[in-house]
Amino acid sequence: MSKTSTVVVEETQDLSASVSKKTASTVSDIFESLSYGPAPESSMPAEGWLDDHGRAFGHFIDGKWVKPEGRKVYETKNPATGEKIASTTQGEKEDVDMAIAAARKAFESWGKLSGHARARYLYSIARHVQKHMRLVAVVESMDNGKPIRESRDCDIPIVIRHLYHHAGWAELMDTEMKDWSSIGVVGAIVPWNFPLMLLCWKVCPALAMGNTVVLKPATYTRLSALLFAEICAEAGLPPGVFNVVTGSGSLGSHIVCHNDVDKIAFTGSTEVGQTLRRLTAGTGKKLSLELGGKSPFVVFDSADLDSTVEGVVDAIWFNQGQVCSAGSRLIVQESCSEQLIKKIKERMSHLRLGNSLDKCVDMGAIVDPSQKKSIDEFVQDAKSTGAEVFQSCASMPDTGCFYPPTLVTNVQPVSRIVQEEVFGPVLVVLTFRTAKEAIALANNTIYGLGSSVWSENIGLAMEVARYIRAGSVWINGHNMFDAGAGFGGMRQSGFGRDGGKEGLYEYVKPSWQKRARPNVDDFDIKKFGSTSPPRPKDPTVNPPLCNGTDKSDNLPSIDHTYKNYIGGAQKRPDAHYGRPVHNEKGQTVGVVAESNRKDVRDAVEAAKKASAGWCKKSSHSRAQVLYYIAENMELRQQELAQRICVMTGQDADEAEKEVKVAIQRVFHWAAYTDKYGGTVQETSWYGTTIKVHEAVGVVGIACPDEFPLLAFVSLVLPAISRGNTVVVLPSEKHPIVGADMYQIFDTSDLPGGVVNILTGDRDHVTKFIAEHQNVDAMWYFGSAEGSKFVESVSAENVKRTWVGYGESRDWLDNEQGQGQEFHYHAIECKNIWIPMGHVFAN
Amino acid sequence: MSSHIERNPGMDLDISWVRKSCVNLPAVNRRAETLKTRRSIKKQWQAAWLLRAVSCLDLTTLSGDDTSGNVARLCFKAQSPVRQDLLKSMGFDKEITVGAVCVYSTRVPDAVKSLKDAGSNIPIASVAAGFPAGQTPLKQRLEEIEMAVSYGAKEIDIVISRAYVLDGDWQALYDEVKACRKACGDAHLKTIIATGELGSLVNVYRASLVCMMAGSDFIKTSTGKESVNATFSVALVMVRAIRDYYQKTGYKIGFKPAGGIRSAKEALTWLALMKEELGDEWTQPNLFRIGASSLLLDIERQLFHFVTGRYAAAHEMPMS
Repeated sequence: MSKTSTVVVEETQDLSASVSKKTASTVSDIFESLSYGPAPESSMPAEGWLDDHGRAFGHFIDGKWVKPEGRKVYETKNPATGEKIASTTQGEKEDVDMAIAAARKAFESWGKLSGHARARYLYSIARHVQKHMRLVAVVESMDNGKPIRESRDCDIPIVIRHLYHHAGWAELMDTEMKDWSSIGVVGAIVPWNFPLMLLCWKVCPALAMGNTVVLKPATYTRLSALLFAEICAEAGLPPGVFNVVTGSGSLGSHIVCHNDVDKIAFTGSTEVGQTLRRLTAGTGKKLSLELGGKSPFVVFDSADLDSTVEGVVDAIWFNQGQVCSAGSRLIVQESCSEQLIKKIKERMSHLRLGNSLDKCVDMGAIVDPSQKKSIDEFVQDAKSTGAEVFQSCASMPDTGCFYPPTLVTNVQPVSRIVQEEVFGPVLVVLTFRTAKEAIALANNTIYGLGSSVWSENIGLAMEVARYIRAGSVWINGHNMFDAGAGFGGMRQSGFGRDGGKEGLYEYVKPSWQKRARPNVDDFDIKKFGSTSPPRPKDPTVNPPLCNGTDKSDNLPSIDHTYKNYIGGAQKRPDAHYGRPVHNEKGQTVGVVAESNRKDVRDAVEAAKKASAGWCKKSSHSRAQVLYYIAENMELRQQELAQRICVMTGQDADEAEKEVKVAIQRVFHWAAYTDKYGGTVQETSWYGTTIKVHEAVGVVGIACPDEFPLLAFVSLVLPAISRGNTVVVLPSEKHPIVGADMYQIFDTSDLPGGVVNILTGDRDHVTKFIAEHQNVDAMWYFGSAEGSKFVESVSAENVKRTWVGYGESRDWLDNEQGQGQEFHYHAIECKNIWIPMGHVFAN
Repeated sequence: MSSHIERNPGMDLDISWVRKSCVNLPAVNRRAETLKTRRSIKKQWQAAWLLRAVSCLDLTTLSGDDTSGNVARLCFKAQSPVRQDLLKSMGFDKEITVGAVCVYSTRVPDAVKSLKDAGSNIPIASVAAGFPAGQTPLKQRLEEIEMAVSYGAKEIDIVISRAYVLDGDWQALYDEVKACRKACGDAHLKTIIATGELGSLVNVYRASLVCMMAGSDFIKTSTGKESVNATFSVALVMVRAIRDYYQKTGYKIGFKPAGGIRSAKEALTWLALMKEELGDEWTQPNLFRIGASSLLLDIERQLFHFVTGRYAAAHEMPMS
């Protein structure tokens, strides 16, 4: 052999030459060719299970099969062969009603069971799934098209691990979640890419925390959910605790809109997630969304490039790339990009595609021809705009729904294929020069789900991990999942976490609180927040109070101008309108700024600018600032109390008490500032997984009218304690407290822009904050209608929201005014995975 | 053996290449784990692959009590590694022998005689150069190589001085292996890097590179005497080094895992690893060997099962 020949695969797109070659199959021939043969996993037990059901399934409701008359059916097909496997029911509204009624009834007893009893049930389900492990894996692969190796070695073991882990949380709920209680009926809607795994990510914490569930599996993949329901019943789970209804997307909206559902848990596309946010807005239903992604895979030249290539395989060719956290954007340092791409191309030529039940394949089938078409449209579009498309694999079947592994180069951030989620085996490549540029490229996306960093320099990798906006960062790995660490997104990848203690909060409510059921169905959000500027009022109707005369020397008192506070400076409102503030008697006690959308724009800009520096400050330094705020508040406590009295007309005693509690509350959050940074997670991987409690970002806060000072402090302080920067509207009725607070902030070393204060019409200002794309969360404590507005318009950039639905809380009470709920809303959980190992042999 | 492969002449020691290389152990382990599960070889494919493994076998005896008697038994088994009736039943119409027999240098004359008696031209591989510890003066080690070659060994399996690797003295390692290569003459040099005693996978990669630069024809994992032998993680690192060396120089270096390989199932994974990481060419005996003694029996029993559908008893297979 000539030494110039090469093992590197030629850069050709001609797949036909390398695929589906008919090889002779005598022992002698194979001895020469060393070719692979088929290695099928038997489908017999799965076929048997399907036959037992006559290959026609109904819903599973209240512990039994329900097959209502006159329903349409959906034929489930095996994507690898196109063969029909079974027919399932297209449910209708009455079916959903029946399932929710069953779940509601079951909740009456399930929710009252001891955590220990629920733990026993979950443990039993885990055991029973283990007993049927192979059957479940085979059904999953036949239905979805994913390789049996993946369902057997990944999906189902994760299902089992989730069940065990959450049996533990059920057991520990009384101690670990003691201020929280169950919500009621959970509606869960899950996608087709990991049908059973994602089902369990919802069902496990829901049941552990004492809720009951109505689940709608995805249209393409309904069988494993139905099998799981049967296994739950076999494991002794009481009827009605877990119900499955099958049907189209519109069936999902029946669940979402049902009055008796208390929480919606969803995994799927960002578009559908946004619709669900709008549908549930203002209803008092909890919502968690795990949505799309375009996750960065960042490679430095200090990485082990051969291992990086295997990481690419795990990142983008796992489950045919139909993974929400797929590492679909390869961002590689220029100094090693050529070498890495060459290695990836060579590796691609060894990937085998085939029937999902073949144990000798790397990739299976795409779930449905429509999905394959969508993937190909992305690739063709990229090609037509100048991208280089490289496709290669070792074998691909002639028939069935398959798409080859694809590498797209010569694209830029402006390319559609770089910006949008393809949800297929397609990797795009971008290059960077410096670590700073790598971070910028990684974050140049509307998503924030997964990410990975590849380098042997752990200091560099950890730093980059901190700056990537994503719920999971894997160092020298990709797509690692475990029940012990929450998975979920930032930005338009959604909110809420699946797994870990952080995931439990999605299935509980503070114990003191009842679920809000506001009646705002008729409210038209389009009319929300419109206002007209104030005009001078008749002084006989609104006699001035503050601008009276000083009694001692008969001089008029000096006029006080209360302004907005933006970027650390007092600013007049853009429109130069003043807003009179009245006391209980209708007297004018002052005039504050009437803010409009431009003031919001400026305040958000200032908050965004201050964000990086405030986050980077050590938590000790942040705590010092908070303590200093308390110190200065105490110096002015009389003045603060007086102001409350003047504005609200309440007793001096009550006002003094409000100030005292407010100062205590500042201390509370100052104390927590350096004590809530995160924890180490106990996952089943060798290494360390660190949960970091990061700032959410820019938080908009609209304070309630009651307790003008205390509510302001109770909301702003936890936010800035955790590194958020805020744009806050003080009480609309009693807003002068904002002016007092900015004087205090100014003298407490609080960096400019960390807290920005706008006064004015609460709903008018709220409108522009909630609609601002650069605001990451909105906390709104105004009307029920405003709550609906905030939740609804936040769908646009999938903002996190916290709203009061027009209900009041007792801000003096510590549970209601400084409980764990405040922690939950003030942080984003990021899990950083650091696999360990260098010690080898002796 | 490697007659149609152009021998690796070696190259100057490229110290910057050696030093800049890095290996991430947990990532390597993950790949190694899934190697076993990504490929499954069944039915006649399994039989054929197992026969290929037989042809890549360095059938080995390296014991203190080796005599001409047990060496003779080994040589005859090497020439007829699989029962003829089994081969016939599966319609296998080719000659099949193992890749080589592997013995201590002092036993080479015994092997030469036995193979001649068996009518075989299987090459003899001799461990040499202070096997297994390598703690013998270089002069004596080189003399042992020359002696083994003069007795008729066609392949020489040497061990490296682990101290040079652990001390980071790559020049000394390079010089030592280069001297061994010179002492081999026309015999092929298989260099054992004793992976279990190098402390890290980075050292495994670096030692592999240096040994190839110094002119090794094969690199080999272990003597079989270390506590950690031929693991798939170690193999991945070594074959990646082979691939890098080939891409840089155009020379193909062979790979020999040895130590602890006992089951037919593992043999299939080893072949799949070579096929996946380096390509089909590296699954032939001129670029791939498995060093083992008891593996052959397990393979033969698996073949018996393939032919008859019954699990075989060990005593039904002729001993080596």
